[in-house]
Amino acid sequence: MFDKTVAELSRALGRKDISSVELTGVFLARINKYKDLNAFITVDPERSLAQARAADARIGKGGAGALAGVPIAQKDIFCADGWRTTCGSKILSNFTAPYDATIIGKFNAAGAVCLGKTNMDEFAMGSSNETSYYGGVKNPWDTAAVPGGSSGGSAAAVAARLSPAATGTDTGGSIRQPSALTNLTGLKPSYGRVSRYGMIAFASSLDQGGPMCRTAEDAALLLNVMAGFDPRDSTSVDAPVPDYTQTLSGDIKGLRIGLPKEYFGAGMNPEVARTIDAAIAECKKLGAQVVEVSLPNSQLAIPCYYVLAPAEASSNLSRFDGVRYGYRAENYTDLLDMYCKTRAEGFGAEVKRRIMIGTYALSAGYYDAYYLKAQKLRRLIAEDFRKAFESCDVIMGPTSPTTAFKIGEKSDDPVAMYLSDIYTISVNLAGLPGMSIPAGFDSKGLPVGLQLIGQYFDEARLLNVAHRYQQATDWHKRMPKGFE
Amino acid sequence: MSLDREQVRRIAHLARLHISEQEAAAYADTLSRILGLIEQMNAVDTSNVAPMAHPNEAGLRLREDAVSETDQREKFQRIAPAVDAGLYLVPKVIE
Repeated sequence: MFDKTVAELSRALGRKDISSVELTGVFLARINKYKDLNAFITVDPERSLAQARAADARIGKGGAGALAGVPIAQKDIFCADGWRTTCGSKILSNFTAPYDATIIGKFNAAGAVCLGKTNMDEFAMGSSNETSYYGGVKNPWDTAAVPGGSSGGSAAAVAARLSPAATGTDTGGSIRQPSALTNLTGLKPSYGRVSRYGMIAFASSLDQGGPMCRTAEDAALLLNVMAGFDPRDSTSVDAPVPDYTQTLSGDIKGLRIGLPKEYFGAGMNPEVARTIDAAIAECKKLGAQVVEVSLPNSQLAIPCYYVLAPAEASSNLSRFDGVRYGYRAENYTDLLDMYCKTRAEGFGAEVKRRIMIGTYALSAGYYDAYYLKAQKLRRLIAEDFRKAFESCDVIMGPTSPTTAFKIGEKSDDPVAMYLSDIYTISVNLAGLPGMSIPAGFDSKGLPVGLQLIGQYFDEARLLNVAHRYQQATDWHKRMPKGFE
Repeated sequence: MSLDREQVRRIAHLARLHISEQEAAAYADTLSRILGLIEQMNAVDTSNVAPMAHPNEAGLRLREDAVSETDQREKFQRIAPAVDAGLYLVPKVIE
């Protein structure tokens, strides 16, 4: 049962081949068996099983939706009423969320079972899951390697079949890069497609939640539940949500695939390059055409992002002051000292670095040179995509320049770590939807992800292309050894 | 642009982060390296480019000025470090 997709489990639950309680038990047992992966920060079997019992009752009455009774792991960035919600940080180590994030409410309403809260880089700041206060996560494909980040716990959980699917969030690549490094199908929707209400904010103009699954079909099933307008999120877009499962099988003959010449130059590992070339050749066999496009400002995406994201983070994280919730320092002399000690003790090194970079970029005398300059570059990067999409329907390239790197390899060098997101960051800056799908393996047996980038609100097309590719290939079906 | 320890201390103060002397030296080094990466931005002339704050440039919505949330003060204050009689407690600020 544990190797079945969400779509398969949904059918099995509907036929009553298995109950949600049994299924939830199977996955809870696997979470416990493989706890050395450190994929979860919090599991609460009683809460999960209570939801499973309620789902079984609903299924028994008939008319339950596709996700009723299906266990789903939630990234620990989403507030879930009554669940400890840490965001990977010490500062929220004692925080029990008093309300549901909109997407948690939607999963609950759909009858899905929350299987637990997955590990992540602290406040989603990282590309390896090594900045978590709760320890790093191991990659099921090589337990000496990182699973990517920041949604590393969600990635490891789904890859190791500890959960059929999970949620992630993506500010600069945090759904797509860990999906690539663990052989998953991950989708970052268009900015505004999925509500950010109750999703602990990192960089508000870039953050977006999305599904991390094994197939495009499963990603469509989850996105159907997650997407939609939310009056509680001021940046939520009020646009109709299609049924993403209905357009999965459409023909892709004549699809124009744009290949940005800047993505295929130096910097990409040769084995990754070869795998991506083979994946694109496969798409051509399915009837797609290839056109060269250019994203001339793509090399500026990382410097631009490392101004805007820390600037927004420094503002968002000012709420953690030890007054209303979370950790408070034990020893302090006055109010100011209480703030400073609480934050110094509660935040980890990477979070503090980003808060300080952001504070500096926004401080008097530096605003124009950093923040405003970065916002102007952001416009150029978004314009590059607009022009590229005049001659193509989707853009393809690698998700990550390398396969999974070793634990500790980059953790002492923040700048080297930042370069892991070279192909993903510009998509967040523009606000476009992006996906990573399994495309093959390198000679060490580590997975390679193919990135698909679409036009605004064109998630259905990305899922369609991914589904057709997955019908012609079986990379996405491979399971890491040792987790059978 | 490289930062010295004094600048790091000033930034840490603005960010309400307590840092030791030793940490100030370490941060001066890593933050300077990050700023080195950021300064690649200067390679491009952006004098005629309008800043883009957000992918959703349609602007923010307005809503009715009506009560939409219920009072859940007790529930929210249960998770606070220190409260008394419905108030959040902090160290004394006025003598």
